[in-house]
Amino acid sequence: MLGTALISGFGLGSIYGLIALGFTLTFSVSGTVNFAQGSSVMLGAVLCHVLFVGMHWPFVAAAFLALLGCALWGLVVERIAVRPFVARGSNAWLMATVALGILLDNSVMALFGKEPRALPSSLADEPWVIGNMGVFPLQIVIPIVALGVAGLVHIGMRRTSLGLKLRAAVENPNAARLMSINVTRLIALTFAAAALLAGIGGILVAPLFNVAYDMGTLFGIKAFAVAILGGLTNPWGVVLAGLAYGLVEAFATTWLGSSSTQMVTFAVVIAALALTPSGLFGGKVLARV
Amino acid sequence: MSTNLTRRTILSLPLGGLAASTLGARFAWSAAEPIKIGLVAALSGPSAKSGEGITRGLTVAIDEINSRGGVLGGRTIELVRRDDESNPAKGQTAARELIDKEGCAVLFGGIDSPVSLAIVPLANSAKVPFMGVWAAATNITRNNSNPNYIFRVSAVDVLVDKALIKYATSRFGSKSPGLILVNNAWGDSNFSGLTAAAEAAGIKLAASEKFEDKDVDMTPQLQRLRAAGADTLILVGNAAPGAQVIKSLQRSAWSVPIVSHWGISGGRFPELAGSWAGKVHFVQTYSFFGQQSDIGKKVLAALMAKYSDIKGPGDVSPPVGVANAYDAMQLTALAIAKAGSTDGAAIRDGYLGIDNYKGLIKDYAKPFTDANHDALNENDYVMVRYNGEQIEPVTG
Repeated sequence: MLGTALISGFGLGSIYGLIALGFTLTFSVSGTVNFAQGSSVMLGAVLCHVLFVGMHWPFVAAAFLALLGCALWGLVVERIAVRPFVARGSNAWLMATVALGILLDNSVMALFGKEPRALPSSLADEPWVIGNMGVFPLQIVIPIVALGVAGLVHIGMRRTSLGLKLRAAVENPNAARLMSINVTRLIALTFAAAALLAGIGGILVAPLFNVAYDMGTLFGIKAFAVAILGGLTNPWGVVLAGLAYGLVEAFATTWLGSSSTQMVTFAVVIAALALTPSGLFGGKVLARV
Repeated sequence: MSTNLTRRTILSLPLGGLAASTLGARFAWSAAEPIKIGLVAALSGPSAKSGEGITRGLTVAIDEINSRGGVLGGRTIELVRRDDESNPAKGQTAARELIDKEGCAVLFGGIDSPVSLAIVPLANSAKVPFMGVWAAATNITRNNSNPNYIFRVSAVDVLVDKALIKYATSRFGSKSPGLILVNNAWGDSNFSGLTAAAEAAGIKLAASEKFEDKDVDMTPQLQRLRAAGADTLILVGNAAPGAQVIKSLQRSAWSVPIVSHWGISGGRFPELAGSWAGKVHFVQTYSFFGQQSDIGKKVLAALMAKYSDIKGPGDVSPPVGVANAYDAMQLTALAIAKAGSTDGAAIRDGYLGIDNYKGLIKDYAKPFTDANHDALNENDYVMVRYNGEQIEPVTG
C-alpha cells in the first residue's frame, strides 16, 4: 500500500505544485494572483480535448495550441481583471479574477457541454506491473514533467535576461521602471506563464481523470492551499509543498479512509500554517517602519 | 301556454346565451386541455444520458396514449421537463415550479436518489403523486408518510443489494466482497442494504470504502479493500466517478470481478472508463436484446422510428431509463383514468386501484398496494455489461 500511496501522492502532488507555481510567479512580481487558476487548468484540458479528440489533430499540436490558448487567457485575466484595479489601488482584483473564472467555466459549459469526456492517452491505458502494484506510465511522466517545468522556471529566472528583469521587478518595481524595464508587460507575462503552467497541469491530469467544465475548481482550491503552505514567494517551496500535500492526501486515504481525506489534509495545512505563518518555506516578511 | 316575453327576459337571452356559450367553450377547452406530467431529472452533467433515456421512454408512452385518444375523455398528456443537474436543491426548486406554476398532475423523478429524497416531502405535502423511474434508494418509497404519494417503477436498493450479493456469490464464488460506494445518501442506503444482504447470505464483507464524486485517484481505497481480502468488488456510483473507480482499478493492475449497481449506465461510462469498462457486470430491469414480447417489439420499433440514432437494441441506452419510464407512464395513464380527474389524492388512489397491466418489463398484477409502492422486485432484474457502447445481457 505504501508504494501505491507514494505514486498516487507524487502524481497528484506535482500537479498541485505546478498549478501553485503560477500563484508564486504572479504574486512575486505583482503582489496579485489569479484566483481563477483552476479555470486555466480546465481550459488547457478542454482545448486539448477539442483539438485532439474533436478535430483529430496530432496530440503535440493540440497540446501546444491549447497551452497557447491558456497563455492568452492569462493575458486577458491580467488586462481585464487585475491591471485596472491595481492601477486604482483597489483590491477588487480578488473578486474580479474569481468572477472571470466563473465566466470562463460557464462559457465552456455552454460550448463544450456539461458531460465529462475522456482524453485518451496511450500512457494511461496499460499499467506497468511491479509486484502486486500497478502504475500507468503517465503517473511517472507527471512528476518528471512537473519537476522539469519547475526547474526550467528556476533556470529561466536565474539565467536569462528576462528572468533578471523579473527579479529586478520583484526586488524594486520603481527602480526597475527607472532602468527602462517594462514592469507592466512583465506582470502580464507572469499571468500568461501562470495560466500556461495550470494548462500543463490540466493536460497532464486529464487522461487520469476526465475533461469537464468544472474540473478545475477543486484543483484551484488545493493549489492555492499549496501555494500558501509553500510560502507563496518561494518557487521550490511551493513545488515541495505540492508534493507534501499530495502525499498527505494519499496517506490519509490509504490509512484512515477516504471519508477523512479532506479533513485530515486541510487540518494539516492549518496546523502547518499555525506553526509557520509564512508557510513552510516562506521567508520572514520585513516591513520598514 | 302563452309565453310572455318581458323586457328582462329579452335582455337575459343574449346574456344567457353568451354565458352558456362561454361555459360551453370553457368546458370544451377544459376537455381538450392537456394533462401536464412533470419530469425532474439530470438532463445535463455526468448523468445526462439517464435523463435522455427517461425522456425517450416517457415520450414513446405518451405518443401511444395520445394516439389512442388520451385520457379523461380526450385530454392529451404533455411532458414538461426540468433539469436538476443532479443537485437536490435545484431538483426541489424545479419540483416546486412544476407543481405550483405548471400545475403538473404527476411528477416523475430521475437517476439521483439524493434529488428524489429532497422532492419526497414536497410531493407528499403538496399531495401530488411522484413516480420514481430510476433512483433506487429504499427510503424514497418507504418514507413513513401517510398518506404516501410516492410510487416507483424501478429497482429498490434493498432488493438490488440482495441481487448483487447473490450474483457475486453464485457467479464469482465470492465469499468476501468489498464495497466501494459513493459518499452520499445513495451510498449509505446501499451500505445498509448490502450489509444486511451479506449477513442473510451467510458471508462476511471484507471492508467498505467510500469515494467522492470528484475524486481523481481511488487507488488508495482499492488498496485498502485488496489488503482486507476482498475477492469481488461491489460498486455503487454514477457514471463519471464509477469510471474513475474502474480506471483506478486498472491502474492498480488488480483483476478482481466487479459487480455494480446501475448508476454507471446513466452517463458516458464506457468512454470514461476505457478498456476495462466491459469487465463490470451490472444490474438493469430490462434488456432489449433477445426474444422480445409484442410490447417489447412495439416499443423498440417506436424508438427506432422516432430517434435516428437508434438502429437496434444496443442503441437503446440506457435501457433501464427507457423501459422503467415507459411502463411507469402507462401505469400513470391508467391511474389518471381510474381517478377520473387530475386531483392528486384521486390519482394516488388510482395507482392503488390498478389491477393488471401487461407491460414492457413484465405483466403487472396489482403493482401498487398500501403496503408496497414499488412495482418491481428482485425477480425483475437482469445482469448486463458493456460491449463497446452497447449494453448487453451477460451470457455464459
